[in-house]
Amino acid sequence: MTVTAMRSMAPSRMNGMRPAERDHLAALESEAVHIIREVVAEFDRPVLLFSGGKDSAVLLHLALRAFHPAPLPFGLLHVDTGHNFPEVIEFRDRLVSQLGLRLHVAKVQEWIDDGRLSERPDGTRNPLQTVPLLDSIAEHRFDAVFGGARRDEDRARAKERIVSLRDAFGGWDPRRQRPELWSLYNGRHTAGEHARVFPLSNWTELDVWNYIARREVSIPDIYYAHEREVFARDGMWLTAGEWGGPRRGEQIVTRTVRFRTVGDASCTGAVESTAVTLDQVVAEVTASRLTERGATRADDRLSEAAMEDRKREGYF
Amino acid sequence: MGVPVTGAGAVTGAMSLLRLTTAGSVDDGKSTLVGRLLRDTQSILADQLDAVSRATVARGGGIGDEPDLALLTDGLRAEREQGITIDVAYRYFATPTRKFVLADCPGHVQYTRNTVTGASTAELAVVLVDARNGVVEQTRRHLAVAAFLRVPHVVLAVNKMDLVDFDEPTFRRIEADFATAATSLGVPDVVSVPVSALHGDNVAFRSDHTPWYSGPTLLEHLEDVPTGREAVEEPMRFPVQLVIRPRTTNHPDYRGLSGRLASGVLTVGDDVVALPSGGRSTVTGIDTPDGPIPWATAGESVTVLVADELDAGRGEVLARPEQAPRVVTELDADLCWLADRPLRPGARVLVKHGTRTVRAIVTELTGRLDLHTLTHVGAPEALELNEIGGARLQLAEPLAVDDYATDRHTGGFLVIDASDGSTLAAGLVAKGP
Repeated sequence: MTVTAMRSMAPSRMNGMRPAERDHLAALESEAVHIIREVVAEFDRPVLLFSGGKDSAVLLHLALRAFHPAPLPFGLLHVDTGHNFPEVIEFRDRLVSQLGLRLHVAKVQEWIDDGRLSERPDGTRNPLQTVPLLDSIAEHRFDAVFGGARRDEDRARAKERIVSLRDAFGGWDPRRQRPELWSLYNGRHTAGEHARVFPLSNWTELDVWNYIARREVSIPDIYYAHEREVFARDGMWLTAGEWGGPRRGEQIVTRTVRFRTVGDASCTGAVESTAVTLDQVVAEVTASRLTERGATRADDRLSEAAMEDRKREGYF
Repeated sequence: MGVPVTGAGAVTGAMSLLRLTTAGSVDDGKSTLVGRLLRDTQSILADQLDAVSRATVARGGGIGDEPDLALLTDGLRAEREQGITIDVAYRYFATPTRKFVLADCPGHVQYTRNTVTGASTAELAVVLVDARNGVVEQTRRHLAVAAFLRVPHVVLAVNKMDLVDFDEPTFRRIEADFATAATSLGVPDVVSVPVSALHGDNVAFRSDHTPWYSGPTLLEHLEDVPTGREAVEEPMRFPVQLVIRPRTTNHPDYRGLSGRLASGVLTVGDDVVALPSGGRSTVTGIDTPDGPIPWATAGESVTVLVADELDAGRGEVLARPEQAPRVVTELDADLCWLADRPLRPGARVLVKHGTRTVRAIVTELTGRLDLHTLTHVGAPEALELNEIGGARLQLAEPLAVDDYATDRHTGGFLVIDASDGSTLAAGLVAKGP
């Protein structure tokens, strides 16, 4: 075929027959699959951080697509704060057994029990995940850790690379990041270093929801509106549970809510919602005037640099 | 799950994706423009705007009651404290027809490193000029970087038009100066827009202050620019990432070459050659998790099935035999040097091109690039941080390359430090013989 023939053919193919494959979700999907394959090709021991939340569910879905029809060539790691939503743990275990995956669980409680960590005065365990994460990476000698973080989530994350190198302390040094050119990812590292890899870097919350709808990605039920016993703290609806809430004076009420993010139950708030279908959730996210972290994460409201500080210490 | 699922797109419709970059000198109002684009596309939500308003007050600033939109784009503590931007930040905004990924590059610190990074993936570059200053030395440099990295579309945003009373002759003079510079650097069609990022004129909304301007607003232009065409029209290149061999009971003999089509169109039935090894075969299928497809276009991640036991693993590139890339063991290239210690002839490095990494020696520095003329001058003894220069590399193993000037997706490579793994340079394959 001549160049001229290629040129006359290409646009009609591009626009004509498979339009859904050319839209922004298709582009994001292809980019993520490319990243996941690059990392599997160039690293020895990758692992995928899996919390059971929607972003990690989408990440797992993309990883399965990347190697189809072969099985997933790496396992999952869940850093379990112990402050869980039971529905999410059930979802995690069901998915792992259905797909025949390997799952490592690092329980923050075990680190507290043997004194490697101590409980924080405010009771939240989100920041406590860093040490079990780094210990697990060292113990299993993982050299690439896939995470579902997105650049649109936070101002510090907006500066994160797709393949982001970490030293032995897991620290993120924004001034020493490697430039990331074209779609060439440099994952070379020395012993003791590892890479955090973020295939969803260029996705927004709305992209994630639209993708869940398009590919029928399974997610836990708590992302849909349901009745729940909650109490108000810091302008958010928190769930009563073993983690310690509510305190004295905090009134338990029943509300119809859903979750926009899933994290440590002590600092993950629910939003009032009647969205019971995926389309309704997408419509609600589209119309929302608050970011998902602003609406539902107490830990990110602490300061302008809350996320940056946690990332420097080795957080996801 | 019992959750009804319907097709996506009910809310957003089919959207395309455009990657763009911004370049401006210090105080041209780039952060304000980015903030304005985000705000006027409703990409900034109430809690983010509240935070910016609080920060504006805390810094004793802001104009009137307006939050300082520039504060939106300062990501790191050091940046806020020092009032500078350190690193490339990525921003996301969308209109009903298009999603935008914006690489927001700082104007001064690590200038070349950051703008080259941003421009490498951009399909469009917005170059900012202060209407009071016009086209200055820095503007030419921004334009040259865009031209050098072959960013397909360039937009000139003449900012701070409010400070020159929206004066048409001022705008026209800057537009003409910029067009002259663009022509001399080989940049084709340039669109110029008079804007005030601070007040929003002609950014997302048409300004009442510029009745003499009939062109598109900046956002209208960003929505209309064709995307993805360039890569589809180039010769087919499929760098193999991994061989997929399930060896499961359901797929005992499946063997597929997985990868992302770098450029062109790949069709079932195509004769292909795998390079650098040289093996030939025919494409018998293109596989996706949703089933086989008849062809794939640039940017798509797929798995390719071929007729014979083609010995093509990671590091090989599939191409059509009559449009094959050059297979070389000696490479002339331009290097954007990104490391603190200078490059000198004799340096031993790694070259990462596509899915192949080979050892290399930089045998010669052939000239320093003059960004004024995009020509090479002298034969420098060393290449310093943020300098661009021509170099000759001797490769330990062959690479299948294209000229960057004809295919920016397969003409770019990384130069990597073999000992600590750091990225030393962005390489652009020079024109072959």
